[in-house]
Amino acid sequence: MQRPRSYRISFILIGLALLCSWVLNIGSGSVHIPFEDTVSILLRGKPQIEAWSYIVWNYRLPKSFTAILVGGGLSLSGLLMQTLFRNPLAGPFVLGISSGASLGAALLLMGVTMITGMASFSFLGDISLALAASVGSFLVLSVVMVVAQRVKDTMALLIIGLMFGSITSAIVSVLAYFSSAESLQRFIFWSFGSVGNLTPNQIFLLTGIVIIGLLLSMLSLKPLNAFLLGEHYAQSLGVSLKKSRLIIIIATGLLAGGITAFAGPIAFVGLAVPHLTRQIFDTMEHKVLIPAVFLYGAILMLLCDTLAQWPNSASVLPINAITSLVGAPVVIWLLVRKRKMLF
Amino acid sequence: MEKRIQKNLSAHNLAIGYGKNVVVEHIDFSLELGTLCAIVGVNGIGKSTLLRTLGRFQPKLSGNITLNNKELDQYSPLDLSKKLSVVLTEQPASKNLTVLELIALGRQPYTNWLGTLSPEDEKYIQIALNAFLLNDLKHRKCHELSDGQLQRVLIARAMAQDTPLILLDEPTTHLDLYHKVQILKMLQQLAHDQQKTIVFTTHEIELAIQLCDNILILDGKENPFGDPCELIEQKHFEKLFPSEMVQFDAKTGSFKVSK
Repeated sequence: MQRPRSYRISFILIGLALLCSWVLNIGSGSVHIPFEDTVSILLRGKPQIEAWSYIVWNYRLPKSFTAILVGGGLSLSGLLMQTLFRNPLAGPFVLGISSGASLGAALLLMGVTMITGMASFSFLGDISLALAASVGSFLVLSVVMVVAQRVKDTMALLIIGLMFGSITSAIVSVLAYFSSAESLQRFIFWSFGSVGNLTPNQIFLLTGIVIIGLLLSMLSLKPLNAFLLGEHYAQSLGVSLKKSRLIIIIATGLLAGGITAFAGPIAFVGLAVPHLTRQIFDTMEHKVLIPAVFLYGAILMLLCDTLAQWPNSASVLPINAITSLVGAPVVIWLLVRKRKMLF
Repeated sequence: MEKRIQKNLSAHNLAIGYGKNVVVEHIDFSLELGTLCAIVGVNGIGKSTLLRTLGRFQPKLSGNITLNNKELDQYSPLDLSKKLSVVLTEQPASKNLTVLELIALGRQPYTNWLGTLSPEDEKYIQIALNAFLLNDLKHRKCHELSDGQLQRVLIARAMAQDTPLILLDEPTTHLDLYHKVQILKMLQQLAHDQQKTIVFTTHEIELAIQLCDNILILDGKENPFGDPCELIEQKHFEKLFPSEMVQFDAKTGSFKVSK
């Protein structure tokens, strides 16, 4: 039988693109480091100025690594949501999952520190931040899931997601009103989104979360493909609905929640990347889509972060603004060009 | 030696419905391998409910359903998926699947955790493609297909799942007469050639009389079951609709509008 298409060439290309954008990301920043020196630093060579080595190893490299985890993970969670809800407009931001994570983080950053006055920069603090955001996103995701069972309408689901966004931002405002200037400032900076400034422990934790998310999605390959037909068909193919749904929700919640905890609420990556990926990988097979979406998301995040750095200037733009500026037009373009967004 | 007749699907004193709300009760039938059976009845009588119950999408209220000499409820989800496949009225959630991808999903019960297709899986897919004349369409996306083509793809998927029993919910709605006949003839051929039991709900009573081996009439009372000629002789079709509106002509096996 004739095989549809092998995506080896596309994967090689996208891998090369990831390498290029990674080098570009490391090569740019507020301090100008010549390209040759960047490469030689990475190859453990001696640069012209010793401080450059420090910048690359201790600042830029962790940041680029975080960007890869954040972009890939968020995009993957978007893909999982689109398949789970069978809704092309689903994504962590649109469905209010990121808002749920924000609420969890806000309760921790402003609420708890308000009461205990405890600073949360310890490793325990990192875990509790990840946990709070993940729990927040799980909660919203479960509620949206329950609602989705009753409301089959695409638009209704999105509006419900928007409402969750409003509710959480209202609660956050109330919290902000009562919290100290210091913790408020910390929350505001967190909500701008950033892939830099993560401690090694945080990066370690984030890596673990993303790997678990990836593993759970790979374990759910067959159910995910079966869900493309609808839940009844999936059931008739021997998929245990409750179990598969739970695994996918856990993977999504961990990815969206964990990432939001450390990088802040980052918009549109989760929604746009799966669609952009399908422009190159014209398939619905999750075996192909999961790695492809992850790589594509990583590339996009690296590029967005490079833009946010605004080469050779000291100012760093909030990454959330960049992803929105890139992501929102993409979604509009897809809607206008294809009229109907297929997933 | 007498050939033992193999019962595939049977229901005994079955009652179906939702919770306390009984939709139909006293359903009795038994089907052998290699038969095509239609479930007919007026709108809202419970044809789809029966089909969903037989497909284990909703629990039965009382009575027995036996599949391959085993209670339907006793099958694990995976075992059941190797015995029973379905074609539902709901459209596939993703219309971005190609014909080939969609039919290949029918092999899921047999593939490993990655869903890799073995040569045997590909053989079944190819047979299904051939049987439903889909070879030229196999790289098309589902949203590019006509209703009739999509229906053929969905049935081919059920065929690729290689189950002795196939349940179809109204496989001929939205199709013109030619395509209705085409689908039903293909189902008949599938049942007879491959020794499968095929059960479908339909409003095409006249076509069902001509093509099916058995018919189950849901009327909410006796729910007669048998081969079409018997049912005609016993005048069961006459009672299906109010006679002042539609009358059944036993000679031609068709319905006429009362004048």
